[in-house]
Amino acid sequence: MEIQVNGEHKVSDTGDLAALLKELGYSGEAFAVAVNGDFVPRAQYTQRQLQHGDRLDVVAPVVGG
Amino acid sequence: MSDQLELYGKRFDSRLLVGTALYPSPAVMRESVRESGAEIITLSLRRQGPEQQQGKMLWDYIRESGCRLLPNTAGCKTPREAVALAEMSREIFHTDWLKLEVVGDDYNLQPDPYGLVEAARELVKRGFRVLPYCTDDLLVCRRLLDVGCEVLMPWGAPIGTGLGLLNKYNLRTLRERLPDIPLIVDAGIGAPSQAAEAMEMGYDAVLLNTAIAKAQDPVQMARAFRLAIESGRCAFAAGLMLQRQTASPSTPTLDMPFWQQADRVPQE
Repeated sequence: MEIQVNGEHKVSDTGDLAALLKELGYSGEAFAVAVNGDFVPRAQYTQRQLQHGDRLDVVAPVVGG
Repeated sequence: MSDQLELYGKRFDSRLLVGTALYPSPAVMRESVRESGAEIITLSLRRQGPEQQQGKMLWDYIRESGCRLLPNTAGCKTPREAVALAEMSREIFHTDWLKLEVVGDDYNLQPDPYGLVEAARELVKRGFRVLPYCTDDLLVCRRLLDVGCEVLMPWGAPIGTGLGLLNKYNLRTLRERLPDIPLIVDAGIGAPSQAAEAMEMGYDAVLLNTAIAKAQDPVQMARAFRLAIESGRCAFAAGLMLQRQTASPSTPTLDMPFWQQADRVPQE
């Protein structure tokens, strides 16, 4: 299935969000995720099944004003 | 005498809030924040790949700084985007404090008052402590209070311009009409004198970033802003004299010598 991660196309057969994030190499707790523009709490990563065409945003702290 | 800033039930000695962006290096940023005396710092969230370490490094600094965090929603253009980013911020930074930004215009980064009120209403419902970056319009500010904001952050001028307090009439009006609401001038401040002026007007605090970060010597400028804001607050507490149009001698006029000489009439 095709999904977008931070605007880039990825192909993955991983079913749930937790597994996909692991596959992509995200670890630790300094990031947060939205799927199709909606926030997904960390506690829901394992239950959240991904679908073809889903758009993920994975964000981390940056400097800001 | 205690003269602390109180925001959402928390008390602070410093009345300067600073951003963490645009510094020439992380080391200069850290030193500038320390020199500014700020107890609240702003930061943000952006897309990052797993290989990027900026998030982790910033996270480590934040924890050691001891400052309260004020994550922003900079760049968000709709309430939906702002609410999603706010939720992500709360999860990462473990704080329900939020500098709410909903940008309505790309050219001057002007807050969208309608989107701002809508986003603030939803975020307050979700338990956030919202500090909205807003324009200086009294009625917009009132709507923000109506939906549950307890602090307001009107702009001095558009972000990054350094133009100072562009609409002093509006800013004074806000101060006079909302005497019990903590008001923070956020954005547009370019010089310590402008920050001092905001404090002299009775503003509770100032939030700035570019004026320090883009100074030739940011650390020295951070100190200049700290002193200016302390000075302005002190002046407000002391009460400024009333302005008048005509001169009034400060030196006593009684027993002035030469008074009887007719030729002392000033030349036309």
